[in-house]
Parts: sequence; structure tokens; C-alpha cells
Amino acid sequence: MIEIHSLYKSFEDKDVLKDINACFVEGQTNLIIGQSGSGKTVLMKCIVGLLTPTCGQILYDGRDFVAMGKKEKALIRREMGMIFQSAALFDSMSVLENVMFPLDMFSSMTLRERKKRAQQCLDRVNLTDAGRKYPGEISGGMQKRVAIARAIAMNPKYLFCDEPNSGLDPKTSLVIDALIHDITVEYQMTTIINTHDMNSVMGIGDSILFIKEGREEWKGDKTQVAISTNQALTDFIFASDLLKKARQAFA
Amino acid sequence: MQIIFKPLATFGRYMQLMAKVFSRPERIRMYLKQYVKEMQQLGVDSIGIVLMISFFIGAVICIQMKVNIQSPWMPRFTTGYTTREILLLEFSSSIMCLILAGKVGSNIASELGTMRVTQQIDALEIMGVNSASFLILPKIMGLLTMIPVLVTFSMAAGFGGAYAISLAGILTPEDLTYGLQHSFNQWFVWMSIIKSFFFAFIIASVSAFYGYTVEGGSVEVGKASTDSVVHCSMLILFADIFLTQILS
Repeated sequence: MIEIHSLYKSFEDKDVLKDINACFVEGQTNLIIGQSGSGKTVLMKCIVGLLTPTCGQILYDGRDFVAMGKKEKALIRREMGMIFQSAALFDSMSVLENVMFPLDMFSSMTLRERKKRAQQCLDRVNLTDAGRKYPGEISGGMQKRVAIARAIAMNPKYLFCDEPNSGLDPKTSLVIDALIHDITVEYQMTTIINTHDMNSVMGIGDSILFIKEGREEWKGDKTQVAISTNQALTDFIFASDLLKKARQAFA
Repeated sequence: MQIIFKPLATFGRYMQLMAKVFSRPERIRMYLKQYVKEMQQLGVDSIGIVLMISFFIGAVICIQMKVNIQSPWMPRFTTGYTTREILLLEFSSSIMCLILAGKVGSNIASELGTMRVTQQIDALEIMGVNSASFLILPKIMGLLTMIPVLVTFSMAAGFGGAYAISLAGILTPEDLTYGLQHSFNQWFVWMSIIKSFFFAFIIASVSAFYGYTVEGGSVEVGKASTDSVVHCSMLILFADIFLTQILS
């Protein structure tokens, strides 16, 4: 479980995050949604430690990530997996080597065991035969799946996904969403997903935090989001004409 | 004040990065793998261009010396002698490293810059890897290992170019060979190699600094690549003055 208490983040004079409080539970897909520029990515970067918050607490199962030293942070980082918007695969390595990389760096497994584990992860994301290919030779959807395989290679307790469906077609997005959700339940991970994809919100939003202009505006889940009376959330969710019409038809 | 504080701030950030680079590696085996890869990429892959440029510059220096210095009042070995001194003292170390600053420096800066903007460096950091050390230390060590080889190859190719000119009949091979051997001081070879170690460190570390600290997109990566070449070249020329004075 990851808890956030009174989190603030400023860049020079600009307050980007203001008094964020949230609790992300394990075994669930926890979504952070909001418009571009609302502070989602900054919040995610603060949670994973790429940015230092101005003040506030981030607790990983009770351990204060902001206050701890470098060594303790490094240990917690080994319990994290992250899927970036751009997949962030290492271009110079094959798909199998990408998935093996965290194992090579931090595990005490033999080469055979590492290869076996990496292949298991690739099998899990349905990329059994892609091991020898290079990131430049596979599609965007496959790259995202490789990123998922790499993220779960070390059996992480915490999984972070920054707009995992960015640049993917709706059908592939559904596959990625389902995969992330299934893996979260299977490994009982605490998963946090940054997204503004409404399919993800309606499909895998076990818990949703809506941020507007750096403040938490609304909390709930996928069953509550469509019937919410929060004007800012409704404006955001039903921004497209298609969804507006669907809502009117439903009403 | 900006003109004073900006370079100081940049130097401070460079030193901070170097402190991260020279920290204890997490897993030596992975670093060694990277180190071998960098030796190949930065050193072995540069041998071709070093040989080609050195061969032609050696040939051109030989022609210029023959045409401009040789006279009935000068000994016939002067062309070979001056060609050797130029190649050993400056060309094979300083000028070759200036050329490598363009080839290797821009390669390092653009590779790290691209890794930064495509979040590959962030991915390493999230995994708990000291990305600065993992990416930059093998590059520095790889280039430091390969630079004596490149300098030696450059010297040999330069002499080869000069010899090829002598075979073309501009001067006799005997005169050239005598000049190349005349009053030979072995220290000049070592001086060249010692200087090249400093230049190699400048090329690898400064280029890595500009690439690693890129913020933005492809335009910034291109700018970092250009900045790295410009600053490496300036620092090499600047360091050359001091090193030449100290080592001569």
C-alpha cells in the first residue's frame, strides 16, 4: 500500500501539487486522472522518487520514502517496476536482454535461471517468440508489453504506469489495460496508473483519483465516475462528443 | 555577473556528475560487459578514421615540408625529421583528439541525450541503478584504454603516409627514413600518449555531461551534441598548452 499525506511540489514560484492526500491499495489498479498539465506526471515522479516533493509524506507500506536515505531508497526501488509512456526500452539490447536487465543487475540467479525467468515474463505478456528482436523491430504495443515484462521481472511490490496506452490504438489499449489489471491481481501489487484514457477509467478503474490544477478534485471508482455530480470531473470525462451523446442517450 | 556564474555553475554540475560517476559500481560484471562494449564502440570503431586521416595528413605534412623547408642549405633529412616531430609532438595526440572529439564526443552526447529524452535513464534510476556511473564510467574507462592504441596507430599511419610520398618520388625513401630516425627522442612518444590520456578523459566526461544533462527533445539533443564538441575542442586546446609546458 502507498499512502500520500499533504504532498506539495513547487517549481520556483509555481505550485504544481497542492495538498495531495491519497491511499493506493495493493491488488487494485489505482488510476490518477486529469487534464494535461494538471500535475499527474509530477505526482507520479514524486511517488517514484524522480522528483523530491517540497513537503509531505509518501509511505511505502509505512516506510517514509521522502525522509529515508539513499541506501534505503535504492532498496525500495528494487521493489518497484515502472512502465513509461515511451516504454523506455534499451535500444542497444534485445527484448530478452531488456527483460533480463534488472535480474542481471540485482539478482543472484545463474545465467540459466535469469534467462528462464525473463522468458517466463515474456510468455506472460504473450511475447514468447520476440526475445531475439530489438525494440526498434517491434510495434508500439509489443514494446509496451516488453516494458511490462521487464517491470515484473523482479516480482515488484509496486507497479507504476505513466500513460501506458499513449500512442496505441483502442484495441491494443484494451489488451494492455487487461494485462496490467490481471498482473496486479495475480502478483497482488500496488499499481498506480497515470492516464487520461476513458476506456482505462471505465475498464480498470478500481480506484480513481482526479486531479485538477494540482489539487485532488474527486476520488472514487469506475462505478461512481459516470454518475458523479462533480462538474469538473464530468467536464473532463465527457469532453468528447461521442461520450456526451452516449451519456445523453443513457440518461 | 552571468558571464562568471554560468560557467561556474556548469562546472559545479559537472563535478557533481563526476562524483556520481566515480562511485562504487553496483555489479562489476555488468560494468565489465559495458566496458568491453564501449572499447569496441569508441575505440575499435574509430581505428579506421584515425588510420585514414593520419595517413593523408602524414603525406601532406611530408609534401609541405619538402616544398617549403627543403633548400640546398638544409640537410636532405630535414623533411623526414620535421615530419616526425610534428606527428609525434602534436598531430597524433592533440589534433587526433580534436578529431575524436568530433566523432566520439558527439556520439557519446547524442547517445546519452537520446537515452535521457526517451526516459531510458529514468528507467535505470527507478530500477535503483546509478545511471551516471553505469553509463558514463565504462565510456571513460573504455576510451582511456583505447586512446594509446589510437595514438600509436595514428603515428604509424602518419609515417606510412610520409613513406608513400617518398615512394612517389618527391624525396628518396632513404632521406625520409634517415630523417625519421635522426635524433629520435623516445620521450616524445610517451609525451604524446600521456597527453592523450588527459584529452580522452576530457572527451568522454565532458561529452557525457552534456548528453546526460539534456532537457527537452531532439533539438536539445542536437544542441548538446554540438556543445560537447565545441567545449571538448576548447578544453583540449587549453589543456594542450599546459601539458606541453609541463611535459616538455
